[in-house]
Amino acid sequence: MSGPRSYYAWCLLLLFFIILGLKYYIQQLDEGLIATHMRDEVSWGLYISNFTYLVGVAAAAVLLVIPAYIYHFKPIKEIVVIGELWAASSIIMALLFVFVDLGRPDRFWHLIPVVGWLAFPQSLLAWDVLVLNGYLLLNIIVPVYILVKLYYGREPNPRFVIPLVLISIPWAVGIHTVTAFLYNGLAARPFWNASILAPRFLASAFCSGPAMVILMFQVIRKISSFKIEDSALFKIAELIAYAMFLNLFLLAAEAFKEYYSGTIHLASLRYLLQGLDGHNTLVPWIWTAISFNLAAFFIFLLPRTRRWLPTLNLGCLLTIVGVWIEKGPGFVVPGFIPGPLGEMYEYMPNHVELFVSLGIWALGLLIFTLFMKVAIPIEEGNFVHTRYQKDKRFSP
Amino acid sequence: MADKEKKVSRREFLRLAGAVGLSGLTFPLASCSKQAREEFFQKHFLEMTEEEKKRTIKRLEDNYRAKFGKQFEISTKGAVPNTLWGYGLDLSRCIGCRRCVYACVEENNLSRRDPQVQWIRVLRLRKGSMINLEKADHYYNPPEVPEPDFIYMPVQCQQCENPPCVKVCPVHATWKEPDGLVVVDYNWCIGCRYCMAACPYRGRVFNWAEPKVGSDEWNTNVHYLGNRPRSKNVVDKCTYCIQRVRSGRYPACVEACPTGTRKFGNLLDPKSEIRYLIDKKRVFRLKEDLNTEPKFYYFFAE
Repeated sequence: MSGPRSYYAWCLLLLFFIILGLKYYIQQLDEGLIATHMRDEVSWGLYISNFTYLVGVAAAAVLLVIPAYIYHFKPIKEIVVIGELWAASSIIMALLFVFVDLGRPDRFWHLIPVVGWLAFPQSLLAWDVLVLNGYLLLNIIVPVYILVKLYYGREPNPRFVIPLVLISIPWAVGIHTVTAFLYNGLAARPFWNASILAPRFLASAFCSGPAMVILMFQVIRKISSFKIEDSALFKIAELIAYAMFLNLFLLAAEAFKEYYSGTIHLASLRYLLQGLDGHNTLVPWIWTAISFNLAAFFIFLLPRTRRWLPTLNLGCLLTIVGVWIEKGPGFVVPGFIPGPLGEMYEYMPNHVELFVSLGIWALGLLIFTLFMKVAIPIEEGNFVHTRYQKDKRFSP
Repeated sequence: MADKEKKVSRREFLRLAGAVGLSGLTFPLASCSKQAREEFFQKHFLEMTEEEKKRTIKRLEDNYRAKFGKQFEISTKGAVPNTLWGYGLDLSRCIGCRRCVYACVEENNLSRRDPQVQWIRVLRLRKGSMINLEKADHYYNPPEVPEPDFIYMPVQCQQCENPPCVKVCPVHATWKEPDGLVVVDYNWCIGCRYCMAACPYRGRVFNWAEPKVGSDEWNTNVHYLGNRPRSKNVVDKCTYCIQRVRSGRYPACVEACPTGTRKFGNLLDPKSEIRYLIDKKRVFRLKEDLNTEPKFYYFFAE
């Protein structure tokens, strides 16, 4: 292993947050979930918010293969490999967020079919366990296969790769749909019990996922010899503009239905957007999210701001944060407020939840960094089996 | 038959093999006590044979004795044939005193403090508004009850015939018994809290911390599926006092009520009090539009 000083600094920083997260997770295991700010009234919080968001990111990373193919982004093979490895890293994070949310992680084997007793097909959480693990497997097999082939100096067999890539595309839609249905199917929570949910989830995923990819591609082309053209980034940004429009439109459609009909089911949305009876913790957050999303929409819509890297990157950051608030805490938490018997409990994550979450994000980024550390030299042709080495200047 | 037995044994073998493999990854079980190992591998209650149930009960009783210094009697008594338990609640009588809440806490060994866990919630509603629970006050605390402008509505698990909590559980840790009681295997629950999100009645609570019950406060007469001591991080709920009703007694909340608000009986028995009430009074159930089919009937006798 070798690399510039910045690489080691980055890895050490991530390692620091991982260890810190682990420390707080052990505290949570020791005390029980009372160590968090979740309670009976709001029984899911920051962890499940992050889970929901990351499933979207994972889905979008693969769906990016479609425009890459249609618009002939170069280099397509690299885009597929990087996209799928980012999807795999995101799924690992998503699964870890569910894992740390479990009260009894020692019993997670109850979820394994045959060994435990998975409640398939009636529980949507059982569906999620299956589709997420399947997706993880798929997104590890494809890039690993391509990379191993390249390492041995051979071209990957398209008859093996292309069907798997084609399966992973509907599968990506599937994981996010199942995650939306997880909430959607609960009649007890009117805020989630809206059919618009799955389309909304997909639309917002198509914003945050590609926004991350745009930033990542810029880093990767700086540290490698990949020639990812600006025009590809601008095209992705244009697609984000359409997805963001759809996302904001669907949110507005939901808001219209609730506000105009004005039934008791409006309560959660009103709590989110305006506050309810003096309870308004989420109000500044959601308006920040909506303004970020709107600003990003215009940045990506106007050719001048879309095609200038500083504004493009600003748009990406606004999208990543805006969508995180909107479909993370801005979606999960108001589903619980007010409770089914009208109870008001305002939730704000505490430092334990915060550090455990940061730890998981750091772990995901570290996994992705290490993936890239191996994948990039192979893709560049600099890291191959000694037998196929044409040029000895690089040795791992 | 032989084929079926073979299947079961293969399934069990796979299960054991998988669990052993997993434990190698997750838990240094080899260094654990025998008891911890048995607890880790404990089967789902519905999948245990009678012999395994006995062994589990013995282990749990030993465990509780070591931990709490009390001899518990853990029953695994099954449903009485031809029973379907139903509850009646006379809203015109409830005075909002919350005696039922505390009788329930004591009977069911619920955590007394940090935090206190309660299965029953009494809502205070302003007269004239009933269905919109958004205005319900959960934390009313007047010097004296009843108050002239309010009525009180106790809510607890409604033991739905079509329980959404059971449908969503990813590991079958909760189910409906033949007598209609919705129960939890506290040793199988993984603590994901999906059931809490699915319940429209706030019928489920979570043991966010290790339940705190004083040594002289334990009720040692317990049922495996009901009021036995729980651990932290598992879900919890009202079972209409399964440990009592399967032995011919009333739930503790029915006995504790000073005004006769609470009624209880077998819905399959045409001569029961609950059937009389359904027949003669005008009863309704909470959130009937959700098709959960609660077996908890509210009515106004006056």
